[in-house]
Amino acid sequence: MSYKTREEGGYTVVELTGDVDLSCSIEARKVILDSLGGGRHVLVELVQVTYIDSSGVASLVEGYQAAKKNKLRFGLIGVSEAALSVIQLARLDKVFPIHATVEERLQEDG
Amino acid sequence: MSEERVVKLRFPADPNVLVTVRAQVREAASVVGCCSQVTSQLEIAVNEACTNIIQHAYKGDPSGEIVLEILNNGTDIIFRLTDFAKPVDPAGIKPRDLRDIRPGGLGTHFMREIMDDCSFGQLADGSGNCLEMVKKIE
Repeated sequence: MSYKTREEGGYTVVELTGDVDLSCSIEARKVILDSLGGGRHVLVELVQVTYIDSSGVASLVEGYQAAKKNKLRFGLIGVSEAALSVIQLARLDKVFPIHATVEERLQEDG
Repeated sequence: MSEERVVKLRFPADPNVLVTVRAQVREAASVVGCCSQVTSQLEIAVNEACTNIIQHAYKGDPSGEIVLEILNNGTDIIFRLTDFAKPVDPAGIKPRDLRDIRPGGLGTHFMREIMDDCSFGQLADGSGNCLEMVKKIE
């Protein structure tokens, strides 16, 4: 897995790429929580994620919970088919706000 | 019905080998004729089983070993995982309520949701644990 971050529309966008499994989910967790820790709203982009396991999903849940606790906005964008199937399996597709693009999310934010 | 062994792997309880294990599962599923959707699901289930062994049985100690056998009996693909960690009470391995939104505890749910059958047990001599997961070949 690799990651990078960018700023767009008032959000820090965390772009994850590759397989997110137990070997690297701690890194995913850190970049998501560090971004939220800086008081930023966060979107996690999963368009380049080829595989995600329960530990990767747990990193997303931690981000969701930390954002909620700190009254920050959080969501997923561009979720790949591989990632979406696991998120659905965890019944989290109705919990995480999911949008195709940052623009779509910004439109919903108003 | 007789079982044909498709593959047998012995590997360390190291998260870095999971990518290789998933590739082996993918290849074995293809050999026995699983469709791409089922193959992806099998990858998820076996990955979660290995993750549970690494995290909970060996408690993150990468010197532990895991054996994965993949078998084909003509109608089912069977995954047998063996570890040599302290025996775990099979009654304690159960999925949690997914309405409780929190990190962790999803692996067992994934395995049970994907597979047609999952059975956990301990090795007869008390030297470890075993897990058998069965999926009908589609």
